[in-house]
Amino acid sequence: MTGALALAAEVRSGARSARQVVEEALATVARGNEELNAFLTVLSDEARAQADAVDAVVAAGRDPGPLAGVPVALKDNLCTRGAPTTCGSKILEGWRPPYDATVVQSLRAAGAIALGKTNMDEFAMGSSTENSAFGPTRNPRHTGKVPGGSSGGSAAAVAAGFAPLGLGSDTGGSIRQPAALCGVVGMKPTYGRVSRYGLVAFASSLDQIGPFAANVEDAALLYDVLAGHDPLDSTSLPSVPEPTMASLHDGVEGVRIGLCRDLIDGCASDVAARVHEAAEALAGAGAKVEEISVPEFAYGLSAYYLIAPAEASSNLARYDGVRYGLRVDGDDAEAMNTATRTAGFGAEVKRRVMLGTYALSAGYYDAYYAQAQRVRTLVMRAFDRAYESVDVLLGATAPTTAFDLGAKVDDPMAMYMNDVCTIPSNLSGHPAVSVPFGAGNDGLPVGVQVLAPALGEAIMFRVAQVVESGAPHGTGS
Amino acid sequence: MSTDWEMVIGLEVHCELQTATKLFCGCRNAFGDEPNVNICPVCLGLPGSLPVLNEQAVEFAMRIGAALHCEIRPSEFARKNYFYPDQAKDYQISQYDLPLNTGGWLELPDGFRVGVTRAHMEEDTGKLTHVGGSGRINAALHALVDYNRSGVPLVEIVSEPDIRTVGQARAYADELRGILVASGASDGRMEEGSMRVDANVSVRPAGTDAFGTRCEIKNLNSLRSLGRAIEYEAARQIAVLESGGVIEQQTRHWDESAGRTESMRSKEEANDYRYFPEPDLVPLAPDAAWQGRVGAALGPMPAERRAGLATALGGAPSDAETDQIRAVVDLGLDGLVTAAAEAGAPPALALARAANEVAAQGDAGLRLDAGSFTALLAMESGGRLSATQSKTVLGALIERGGGDPAAVATEMGFEALGADTLSAVLDDVIAAHPDEWARFVGGDDKLMGMFTGEVMKATKGKANGKEVAAELRRRRG
Amino acid sequence: MSGPAEAAPGRVTLSRDDVVHVARLARLELRDDEVELFTAQLRTVLDHAADVAALDLTHLEPSSHPIALENVLRPDEPRPSLDRDEVLAQAPAVEEHQFRVPRIGGEAP
Repeated sequence: MTGALALAAEVRSGARSARQVVEEALATVARGNEELNAFLTVLSDEARAQADAVDAVVAAGRDPGPLAGVPVALKDNLCTRGAPTTCGSKILEGWRPPYDATVVQSLRAAGAIALGKTNMDEFAMGSSTENSAFGPTRNPRHTGKVPGGSSGGSAAAVAAGFAPLGLGSDTGGSIRQPAALCGVVGMKPTYGRVSRYGLVAFASSLDQIGPFAANVEDAALLYDVLAGHDPLDSTSLPSVPEPTMASLHDGVEGVRIGLCRDLIDGCASDVAARVHEAAEALAGAGAKVEEISVPEFAYGLSAYYLIAPAEASSNLARYDGVRYGLRVDGDDAEAMNTATRTAGFGAEVKRRVMLGTYALSAGYYDAYYAQAQRVRTLVMRAFDRAYESVDVLLGATAPTTAFDLGAKVDDPMAMYMNDVCTIPSNLSGHPAVSVPFGAGNDGLPVGVQVLAPALGEAIMFRVAQVVESGAPHGTGS
Repeated sequence: MSTDWEMVIGLEVHCELQTATKLFCGCRNAFGDEPNVNICPVCLGLPGSLPVLNEQAVEFAMRIGAALHCEIRPSEFARKNYFYPDQAKDYQISQYDLPLNTGGWLELPDGFRVGVTRAHMEEDTGKLTHVGGSGRINAALHALVDYNRSGVPLVEIVSEPDIRTVGQARAYADELRGILVASGASDGRMEEGSMRVDANVSVRPAGTDAFGTRCEIKNLNSLRSLGRAIEYEAARQIAVLESGGVIEQQTRHWDESAGRTESMRSKEEANDYRYFPEPDLVPLAPDAAWQGRVGAALGPMPAERRAGLATALGGAPSDAETDQIRAVVDLGLDGLVTAAAEAGAPPALALARAANEVAAQGDAGLRLDAGSFTALLAMESGGRLSATQSKTVLGALIERGGGDPAAVATEMGFEALGADTLSAVLDDVIAAHPDEWARFVGGDDKLMGMFTGEVMKATKGKANGKEVAAELRRRRG
Repeated sequence: MSGPAEAAPGRVTLSRDDVVHVARLARLELRDDEVELFTAQLRTVLDHAADVAALDLTHLEPSSHPIALENVLRPDEPRPSLDRDEVLAQAPAVEEHQFRVPRIGGEAP
């Protein structure tokens, strides 16, 4: 499949019509989606109309934008006006938002084509996309395996060649981990770099929207389109972002890489081996690699599994059957709320809502929630200390390669352990990216993670580009 | 009430700010529109929506804080979590641990100071209409929700439990209303719900320090209801305690027609609001410069304006004048009176006319210009118009939105009665009442009124009462 | 109301009653077998969180944000509201241009 950068160039030059690109993509999806269940909704009519609009702009001699004609797979927790936005949940089945997310508008302004809405763990809670109310998504690399989660559908769509680009959301690793398991690039920006307006909230202080792509360059291209201030999001950073494409190929001569033990040691040995090889590739390209330890990362998982459910329990209160979505009737309003939520939410959502309610409740707030927020401070300071001696950190993204469908559904704690390498960056709000690097012993993709300080997307992508260049052939894109 | 008991009262006032738009979104802040026309993803709590704080609402909230002598501090927003159909997100964005304004006070007209614990910002709920049954909440069959009011900015002002009498409670609410209007933050209309008062009432044996258990009384739609409800509730609590019972802490609803407070059906779970800092908003810390501008722009409050009028009257106003001063400041007519006094009009006359005749004309009276008013007062005090005539001309000026009092007087045929005409009329009146005239000459001053009245009748009100009295005395010798 | 017992750092006190209580707070109804299952699962998660609960972090401020913004404000200018029909078309029950709900049991908390 042609990469997004090249594709956009072809459409802008008129060498290919956007309409033709979209028809091909739709055909590919039609052939492959039933087996993979990557898309919940394919926006055929809308995509064709958007493509025609792009072609008209090209024909008129105007600039259609940096993503002209490029199909994008949108995670189903991104509001798309008039089109279904289920968040993988029965409680929003059939809901069509009356507004677009800011990122959806940015994509349209850049000439991109929204190809469809992708499957996900319900309300982004999960690491395998098995918590979707609409069936799991299968990993295109091995259909008996999970694609990871919660943005499994978008990762699979890109890995399967349905679309060169995808959007996901990452709260504890939900972009990076499925990227690693599917063998594509997935990135989480600095918190506040990409507007959350129109992203259905899971955990407000952790959620970020980010790109999936088959290669680092395309991911950087998409990120540059999405990044920037949005007055509709109070947590949106006011500064103008540095475009990362400009410095992408600057190399890593003299860049100080911290090979982080705490993001490697707990992983499977084949995964750890790939990370070390990536470090060697970077050293070979002129980087200065040294081992570093950030033991505070170990507390991240527990802190995350208190903060995220707490915020989620509040964010998901609005699903009460009153204004939109599912309603199951009851004798009175309270009974209706209860019947609706009981029928509409799956087990993992219920689990986290109750956990979060508990963590916030009277008598527990200080021991759990407030304490977890202190751990967040601890992790933020630990990162700051680390970045005094290195420019970026290197580690694994996920502790193992893709596991079997059904293997961990009955063991929530085992499922949560998938996020151990990705969570620290969500707590600190720092950017991080997963880059495919070789395979595990089972031949399944392994992702290597590059972590950078806040607002360090440029150096992060630079290092990621070199990692990709040094990856063993026959894996990744 | 038994003299053995003392009532302890704290008042919570919710004040709607008269901004153009809502607290967290750009929907119009308007009263009385068609249902659900002023809604958007934010105030409807749609999935994916985010709040952004209204600058003017902060300005108003700071003005209220400054007017109540509060400390304005760095503050934070917090979520108050509870399910209710008029709460679009099933949580309210409010302020909890760190409110904007703390530690102020309000001085009653008699000089008694009531402490103000805090005055914080929060959003309003939608409006519920209960349908079926008697329209009362407990008997309704279903309910309808209008979210026009959802998200309207409120400031909640909480007093210390310093109030000890019904009179103080009413005076506090009245004075606070005047302050809210004078600050420009609110129109203070209790009947429209832009100012809502709840009372926390408890009792204790007179002379003791410990607080009794309090009940919160809601649904107080006027100052009169406030007074009646407090009386009732204090008596109720005393009766319970005197019969050996215990006061249950609860919220009670004031039933205006029945004249009593009623316990609302209490829910099993005590309210665990699970407050936590609002992650979608960032801290609010108005800097010294902004606070300074707010303080400087704050005009004189009612107490200062009343004092100013009293001074203009020469100090020590009579009871009647005190009432007039209150009325005039309350209605915002003090500027008119002050301007007239400064232009040379007799202050007491200006005050009286403003408190009575101008006030009676409502909004139209507020538009009367000082120049016309002053000129009219000069005509009256100079004897060119009688009091009755002056009032009539004043009414006409207000109705017409201004004009030249002399021209209006001429138009109405109010020429001053010539001295010869008056003399002739007096001759006739005296001749018609010889017995009474003899008694008057003999010293019966009470007959002054009778003769004046007869002269007024004969001249159809054109005579100047003072002139008539002076002439009567002169003739008596 | 029998509330949750005070949590001692490192010791999980989550009981079956706690689970039933928070389920009610969250407007969820659980079957008996679900209460058992969730109690066990939540205990496991909280056990894991015991390492965090036990840390002495009193010298640190809780961070509710990873960013250091403050005073983000918007001007008091009207923006277009949503089309009422488009919104009500998605509502489960509508009457007189309002959202209709079953009778409400009590006053707002």
